[in-house]
Amino acid sequence: MSKAEALALREPFSTPQHQRDTAMLGMWVFIATEVLFFGGLFVAFAVYRMYYTQGFLEGSRGMTLVIGTINSAVLIASTFTMSLAIHAIQHNKQLRCYLLLLITALIGLVFLALKFTEYFIHYQEHKVPGIWFESHDPQAGPEQLFYIFYFAMTGLHAIHLSIGCGLVTTMAVRTALGRFNGNYHTAIDVTGLYWHFVDIIWGFLYAIFYIPGFR
Amino acid sequence: MISKIRIAEAPNYLTEEQGIRSWLLTTDHKRICLLYIAAITFFFVLGGIAALLIRLELLTPVTDLVSPETYNKLFSEHGIIMVWLFLIPSIPATLGNFLIPEMIGAKDVAFPKLNLASWYVFMIGGLLIMYGIARGGIDTGWTFYTPFSTIYSTTEVAVTGVGIFIVGFSSIMTGVNFIVTIHRLRAPGMTWFRMPLFLWSLYSTSVVMVLATPVLAIALLMIIWERVFQVGIFSPELGGDPVLFQHLFWFYSHPAVYIMVLPSMGVVSEIVAAFSRKAVFGYVFVAFSSVAIAVLGFLVWGHHMFVAGESVYSALAFSVLSYLVAVPSAIKVFNWSATLYKGSVSLDTPMLYALGFIGLFTIGGMTGLFVAALGIDVHVTDTYFVIAHFHYIMVGGAVMGYLGGLHYWWPKISGRMYPERLAKAAALIVFLGFNLTFFPQFVLGWLGMPRRYAAYPPEWQWLHILSTAGATILAVGYLMPLLYLTWAWKRGPLAGHNPWRATGLEWQISSPPPKHNFETTPIVTHKAYDYAGMKEELGLV
Repeated sequence: MSKAEALALREPFSTPQHQRDTAMLGMWVFIATEVLFFGGLFVAFAVYRMYYTQGFLEGSRGMTLVIGTINSAVLIASTFTMSLAIHAIQHNKQLRCYLLLLITALIGLVFLALKFTEYFIHYQEHKVPGIWFESHDPQAGPEQLFYIFYFAMTGLHAIHLSIGCGLVTTMAVRTALGRFNGNYHTAIDVTGLYWHFVDIIWGFLYAIFYIPGFR
Repeated sequence: MISKIRIAEAPNYLTEEQGIRSWLLTTDHKRICLLYIAAITFFFVLGGIAALLIRLELLTPVTDLVSPETYNKLFSEHGIIMVWLFLIPSIPATLGNFLIPEMIGAKDVAFPKLNLASWYVFMIGGLLIMYGIARGGIDTGWTFYTPFSTIYSTTEVAVTGVGIFIVGFSSIMTGVNFIVTIHRLRAPGMTWFRMPLFLWSLYSTSVVMVLATPVLAIALLMIIWERVFQVGIFSPELGGDPVLFQHLFWFYSHPAVYIMVLPSMGVVSEIVAAFSRKAVFGYVFVAFSSVAIAVLGFLVWGHHMFVAGESVYSALAFSVLSYLVAVPSAIKVFNWSATLYKGSVSLDTPMLYALGFIGLFTIGGMTGLFVAALGIDVHVTDTYFVIAHFHYIMVGGAVMGYLGGLHYWWPKISGRMYPERLAKAAALIVFLGFNLTFFPQFVLGWLGMPRRYAAYPPEWQWLHILSTAGATILAVGYLMPLLYLTWAWKRGPLAGHNPWRATGLEWQISSPPPKHNFETTPIVTHKAYDYAGMKEELGLV
């Protein structure tokens, strides 16, 4: 065991491998929690979509499909760079890992910027429930429900992604400080797992909000 | 006279570090247990005061002690405090925290910092709920039913909701920690089927915590969202569905009942084995019955909505599934009873609580079958019958188990014994007071007394008087352990490492345990409760 590894090894564990596997299991269990967290919203969305198929379709047609699609591609790119970063540190290439992590965080920021552009467009179209909402539809209720879920779910996703950007940046800084090497990179692995999870959630959000309105 | 020789005691987890800093920044699971005990005891007293005020108001048929509005706030805060700030964390965060690493032969839980963080998160959420009370409290009941909670109530719904949301995350942190600890940190030889049954029940509890709590969190978030932005997620005027909220709420809150009672069942398994000097009868069945209760617990939430506009077919399915929970519950009760058979039974205080648990849990469980039946449930929905039923589970079950466990492991936690006679008296007082409080409520409910009312027809007064008298006795029974356990903390006679001559790794280390529990990782060679095989080691011959 190297000195760096010994420093990183915490009390209840006997070996670095033991510690790494345990941390990974912890993140998996946490992701199970997250699935149920988003799951509550997905269930509620599904129930209302079943009640108001037409109204929700109307809502979906108001989405800015172009930005949403670009954003999906953007997040898939970040998943790719995140995987490359983990691959780099596994092969002890700290500089490459550092750069890839920075790029990942940057792509995350691009996603958020595009997302907020979308929110601004919705605001200009007066489609923000609770703040400024107008509808020409005689049944404004279902369309408003659609937008409530749209803002709640993509907003919650954006919060998760912001936390992800913070974590990835922290990992980049710690890599630059030489805290990780080919033998010890647990924290990057765990962060990567979280990042991929947040990306996958976006895949489902894209599917339920954007695709139905595609003509 | 020979002058007393002071033997230098080996430092333990209480003495190794001193000062307030060493407590507030500790990552030692044993100290975090004590932080939690202090916090939840405070909240228990607060919730208890609310309960006593409720009972005092109900002493007379008219509203004379408090106004109906205040009464609504009292039962709401009583429920919120007791459920989220006492029962949910009660056994897992205290005894579970203390014992999981010791029972599996580990130095700490898997994520010690997360463990401390969970306490701080709990305190922040708890203080926010207290802040809500200071600003006037909440009157929605602990169930937050919409649209009352989102549109009509003018009380502190948002602050209290955020508080519960935050407390939920402390529960998730504890759950994640326990699942990973039990998976990854068991000592060599501690196989799954050698684990004490307490760990099986805590493992099942943790799974429920991790999978159910986030759904409550999201349901509360939607309520807060609806209130703050004045939009209609659950409001029928905008096409929302109030019953959908009930589905989401009970998807957490029914499994939450098992978060409260499963750990107690684990405690009872430990105590019954230790004071019968026998292995728990049918170990594998008892272990898997905990898992079965956790799994089935997720499939029965709809039985809270039998009269709320659920389809007949869902109601039928939920009714049948609710009946199924009785099977693993009965397995436990039968197996505990079978453990007593031909055992060398001694009736020490923890055993009194355990036996009390078995009796009261049986009554609570059987009346659960009444309310799982569609026809009877229509008759007793929202009456005192339901109140009595779930208090038999939560107070007669969960709290009895907590007190039994606290007495059983207090010598390990503090290193000292409590006064046994006083403790036995307290256990009996709790048992009597409890039954006097809640049995009349079954009768009241059957006669039609609805829950959450401050006034009632005068002919029911005698039943309410009995119940209030019982509550006073119960309060005395709860106050006694608070006093003598604190007294024993400094002044009780030294307990020694294994006062009950029980099996289990936690009894092989000194009391109070050293900071790192085990100097060298133990190697486990016995199955759990091997009283027959460990006679000589335990000095039972």
